[in-house]
Amino acid sequence: MALNNFCLVCGGTGCESSKADEIFKNLKKAAADHGLADQVQVVKTGCFGFCEKGPIVKILPDESFYVEVKPEDAEKIVAEHLVKGRPVQGLLYKTPEQVTAKSEEDIEFYQKQIRIVLRNCGIINPEDVQEYIARDGYLALEKVLFEMSPEQVIEELKKSGLRGRGGAGYPTWLKWTNTRKTQADQRYVICNADEGDPGAYMDRSTLEGDPHSVLEAMTIAGYAQGASRGFVYIRAEYPLAIHRLEVAMKQSREMGLMGKNILGSGFDFDIEIRLGAGAFVCGEETALIQSIEGKRGMPVPKPPFPSVSGLWGKPTSINNVETFANIPVIINKGGDWFASIGTATSKGTKVFALTGAINNSGLVEVPMGTTLREIVYDIGGGIKNGKGFKAVQSGGPSGGVLPASLLDVPIDYESLTKAGSMMGSGGLIVLSEADCIIDVVKFYLDFSVEESCGKCAPCRIGGRKLLNILEKITKGKGTVEDIATMEQIGFAMQRASLCMLGGTTPNPILSTIRFFKDEYLEHIENKKCRAGKCKDLVTYSIDKEKCIGCTVCARKCPVNCIAGDRKVPHEIDASKCIKCGACFDSCKFGAVLVS
Amino acid sequence: MTLQELRAMREKGQQAMDRRVGGDKSIEIIVGMGTCGIAAGAKEALNAFIDELNSKDVRNVVIKQVGCMGFCHSEPTVEIKMEGMPDIIYGNVDANVARTIVHSHILEKKLVDNHVFDKPALDILKRTPGKEK
Repeated sequence: MALNNFCLVCGGTGCESSKADEIFKNLKKAAADHGLADQVQVVKTGCFGFCEKGPIVKILPDESFYVEVKPEDAEKIVAEHLVKGRPVQGLLYKTPEQVTAKSEEDIEFYQKQIRIVLRNCGIINPEDVQEYIARDGYLALEKVLFEMSPEQVIEELKKSGLRGRGGAGYPTWLKWTNTRKTQADQRYVICNADEGDPGAYMDRSTLEGDPHSVLEAMTIAGYAQGASRGFVYIRAEYPLAIHRLEVAMKQSREMGLMGKNILGSGFDFDIEIRLGAGAFVCGEETALIQSIEGKRGMPVPKPPFPSVSGLWGKPTSINNVETFANIPVIINKGGDWFASIGTATSKGTKVFALTGAINNSGLVEVPMGTTLREIVYDIGGGIKNGKGFKAVQSGGPSGGVLPASLLDVPIDYESLTKAGSMMGSGGLIVLSEADCIIDVVKFYLDFSVEESCGKCAPCRIGGRKLLNILEKITKGKGTVEDIATMEQIGFAMQRASLCMLGGTTPNPILSTIRFFKDEYLEHIENKKCRAGKCKDLVTYSIDKEKCIGCTVCARKCPVNCIAGDRKVPHEIDASKCIKCGACFDSCKFGAVLVS
Repeated sequence: MTLQELRAMREKGQQAMDRRVGGDKSIEIIVGMGTCGIAAGAKEALNAFIDELNSKDVRNVVIKQVGCMGFCHSEPTVEIKMEGMPDIIYGNVDANVARTIVHSHILEKKLVDNHVFDKPALDILKRTPGKEK
């Protein structure tokens, strides 16, 4: 009996933690119970990207797209959809206009996306190399090993215009050329999977959904640069990605796609995994190399660059997961094809992890040059709870904010740098008017200070000083001079830090001073936080007109600072108030005022 | 593994994979799978379609299962939509007819005359009580 239906169950970390694995097992069991075991194939795939609505189950061939599926829905899906052919209406995605979407095509989240990096995510089973191969997997490797010289491979990359997706945007072909031309008996290829920005999960999802594409690209990189060993440096907090990578490596070795004499070509290449302990600074290439060598992960001055003297003193090229995932497609479809997508200086697509105050959070892949407005409103579905847009934080702790005035700027490496932010690895955190910009910046600075390795003074001391000033401002003790002081410290850190961690730590501050100076001044001069996030600048009081004396707030108050009898307006003792907001949340009459 | 083995494996998996992903799916086969359709053998017809398309290596077809189309007297019913042909509903489609549809309608662009049904749905809609002007 032929296979009639496929059930694709999302197996990304997000959906897995919402019981996707149980759904997967239940679907298999239900199919067997209904005697369909040999007609229905249940596949666990990589991330579909639409994490907001996970867990996701897609049924083929009719492409029904089920969202927020629960384990107990499996029986219904099989009994109704697979046996009787009636899609389960209640589980289909509904657009904001409450129109039921029949397939992915009807979902605006997917309409503006082009999937190159995520081409196999949500389609193949990442733990089955045969499925990867069936999707033109290892075709690029075949082409490279048997039809192209290393120079031709690099030439193709040059044509494609591919630039590093880790953040800085260094041309990949140039990196490879530099490594290749350094004389050495051994060279190394490293895949940087030490993704650590808060809210970013592009690389993790790529490795979870399509590990072979990265392994294939690393082997191509080895061939092009004359390296025979590769390392994937991945943080230990990504257990699922590590597991899938290990499975993929085992399969590749067994099939002769990795190891000695690959496919009979005479080329040898082997890859090992190195687990990082989750230090943010280890995403910096020199610190990463130190960590692989077994030393404490701290950056070392450049030059010499890793392409000259890297891992164990040998020429080493380090590329990000997403950069690698683009490479097999570039080889298969040609550099010119890739260069036709994107803007003048930035080619191809970029994967973003869209999170924060947005309706459709998830993983999106869009052509370079897409505007922020398209990402936030068309794909992301706008701001949550009908709030107003304030800014988008891009580039994580190294980036900055993009205010509403930049919503229509096409996103590429240059435009983001010009706006005082950076591409970074691709985290986009959407802020609404309910977020205090200083509070957000304080969060990032806290992160950078925590993660500073402490080796160089500008980063170690400068970061701490900046954080102290920010804390002062949020407590209502800031002065106008503090703004200039922060700019000065930031300026020094940018120039004098040993690595980019220190060099970019002030970015969130500098970019917010540029775009949201009024909010800083409001905190400093008026001692006011318009979003109500800075506790020390907020006072709670009770509107005597509206208060009916129900006593709810008095009972909720953890420090008993609300006084008043039944049916008599209450009063808050501001000297005892800890500003927890419990009274505000519990009042049903809008009588608690925040100012 | 040799290069030849890799290519053979890719070739083998490609067809199944094509059915899983989009790409050119310009031809649509819509099979009515209401209770009556299933009772009348819609599943056999559906399997025959899949089987025949696979064996003829026709890849640009998407097969959709839908609920009852309302022609309970001539189940199983199947609608075919493709470029260069009018949208046609076929009735009484058993496995053999399904195979014939693939041969004549889809590959040769010839109607399977003795199973054609008109598509009156639009006319019926116009006469729905309460919706008349």
